[in-house]
Amino acid sequence: MTHSEFDSFRPTEPARRRRTDRRGAGRRRDGGDGSREMPMVPEAEFTSYYGRPVVKPAPWGDDVAAYLFLGGVAGGSALLGLGGQLTGRPTLRRNARVTALAAVSLGAVALVRDLGRPERFLHMLRTFKLTSPMSVGSWILSAFSAGAGVAAVAEIDRMSSARLPLGPLRPVLQAVEGPAGVEAALFAGPLAAYTAVLLGDTATPTWNAAREELPFVFVSSAALASAGLAMITTPVREAGPARKLAAFGVMGEMVAMRVMEHRMDPVEAEPLHQGRAGAMLRWSERLAAAGGLGTLLGGRNRAVAAASGLALLAASALTRFGVFEAGLSSAKDPRYTIEPQKNRLAARRAAGITGDSITTAG
Amino acid sequence: MGQLSGPTDPSADARWEDHPPRKGFFTDTSICIGCKACEVACKEWNHNPQDGNLELLKSSYDNTGALGASTWRHVAFVEQGQERVVQARESGRALVSLGMPAIGPPAPAADQDLSEVDTTPPDTPDFRWLMSSDVCKHCTHAGCLDVCPTGALFRTEFGTVVVQDDVCNGCGTCVAGCPFGVIERRSDGTVAVAAQREEPHAQPPAVPNVGIAQKCTLCYDRLIADETPACAKACPTTSIKFGDHDHMVETARARVAELHAQGLTEARLYGANELDGVGGTGSVFLLLDEPEVYGLPPDPRVPTADLPRMYRRAGMAVAGMVAAAALAFLRGRA
Repeated sequence: MTHSEFDSFRPTEPARRRRTDRRGAGRRRDGGDGSREMPMVPEAEFTSYYGRPVVKPAPWGDDVAAYLFLGGVAGGSALLGLGGQLTGRPTLRRNARVTALAAVSLGAVALVRDLGRPERFLHMLRTFKLTSPMSVGSWILSAFSAGAGVAAVAEIDRMSSARLPLGPLRPVLQAVEGPAGVEAALFAGPLAAYTAVLLGDTATPTWNAAREELPFVFVSSAALASAGLAMITTPVREAGPARKLAAFGVMGEMVAMRVMEHRMDPVEAEPLHQGRAGAMLRWSERLAAAGGLGTLLGGRNRAVAAASGLALLAASALTRFGVFEAGLSSAKDPRYTIEPQKNRLAARRAAGITGDSITTAG
Repeated sequence: MGQLSGPTDPSADARWEDHPPRKGFFTDTSICIGCKACEVACKEWNHNPQDGNLELLKSSYDNTGALGASTWRHVAFVEQGQERVVQARESGRALVSLGMPAIGPPAPAADQDLSEVDTTPPDTPDFRWLMSSDVCKHCTHAGCLDVCPTGALFRTEFGTVVVQDDVCNGCGTCVAGCPFGVIERRSDGTVAVAAQREEPHAQPPAVPNVGIAQKCTLCYDRLIADETPACAKACPTTSIKFGDHDHMVETARARVAELHAQGLTEARLYGANELDGVGGTGSVFLLLDEPEVYGLPPDPRVPTADLPRMYRRAGMAVAGMVAAAALAFLRGRA
């Protein structure tokens, strides 16, 4: 017991009294009378440290999940825009270019909002680091935005009958418009796929286990979403390629998703089927199937095409949010970290590989 | 880009020239008394704020819970019954009979006896308390460092991994990249209390570095001044030892051999093997049970080790997407 001149300032100790009254009483029933040490926890399964998670979930909110979706839409739209540009479909080209810019801008805003220090977003371009998918992705996003921006501004200028205050830059813009569309399309695929690497390159069990097939799921999802959006914005006459791309996307996603789940460790795949994430992924599949069928059977009808496009967009968003949430929940439960790791360690030992364990006898 | 996996000298890999020897901790949990002096010393030296509200976690005498943005040393506290002690002894003995690892100094002399000796010593306790001061592992291949997009995380000349507070923009990628769940983005906390009772608390005290990733620096500022990190300095039982990494691993091997010779086969090392999934850790631990009991992953692997393959798979996916788009337009034309 120490005494100090500040003792008189000490408040009375309600906390301790409360403990004796409530929780202490509960513990007494276990037979503890204070004469010997009592375990504070009765009997626990010590497969984890008091059920606390081993790895930490990424501190990412829905903004990042939304970006996964928007980045895919932007990438797919840029490809459709280039297709429209090269095959003489001006409406498809215009709509795809504008939606690419809109999606990538919204996505970039979502990303910046999610930063712990949004005012430092430019630090992303401080360096180029191949080992960091986030760094590679930031450069892909910047390069893509440059091309998509120029192409879309050219379209907007045309739509507004040359009312943008461009002055002498107008001829320049019109000259670089085509190459800009090509440049954006060049980075479109990487923009849609890098987010899968970003999630795969983490210690988050479900994302890491999905790393082999996740890029295929994400590009398929990007293809069907952007095609769906083009089917909404563009008249059926010019939306033929979008309908085909949508069909390819739906097929690709269904196959990639199944292969992915099949090849994952069953424990690590579990969060993809449970709770909110599971429900979202189930609905995503249903909507993708419905959208795909609608596209194939009634895609030449404007109303059916728009409804199918909407279903496809929703399916893609649900895929991204579902995969995103499944990963976060897998990080919050120690079981998904510990069980697969123990199993793979045991499997290696059984195969006679004993030199690579982090736990050693000496 | 340096090596992504396997044994290496991390400082040389980061292109430090004439760097000092790699520094590290050896945390010997067999002599930890759970006093948490390390937690306190760490918080004081590094001006780390309090995590959230003070609360009792109702699981053991550990009310800190886990390592985090503002907790860079965390003393785990585990209570176990006799049955579990016997199990731990068995699992430790299984490690010895695996003959792991094949590297390092010759296996301890105790090895030969262990197969015959009754390793349930007469003093197997009815219950035991496991106390272990956890800390950032300062991995040879650090997941957090690899995935940091801004270069805020860097490899010091001492082979440790440190965040630069003025560079980090709080993207949070490192948090997911760490296989040990160490690094965290600081969300809030309280760093100071009013000195006078009358002082108003209208303005919450300022917390340094909110929104950026924070973790143990192995007291980088103290290392530069040739000082021992605060936690190791404060440890009253020398459970936390600090020194050159090679020396720490040697000390750890000697200590585990000593415990094995006493029949305490539950003792094992964690992080001393440079062939493991993270290339060995800078902070080596002597544990008395399976790692997951202490909240440590049993088989961590730095995610970036698989990155080249992931990039290849993504490249294939991109090719597929472009091909699908091309096909959609080509057919449309025909």
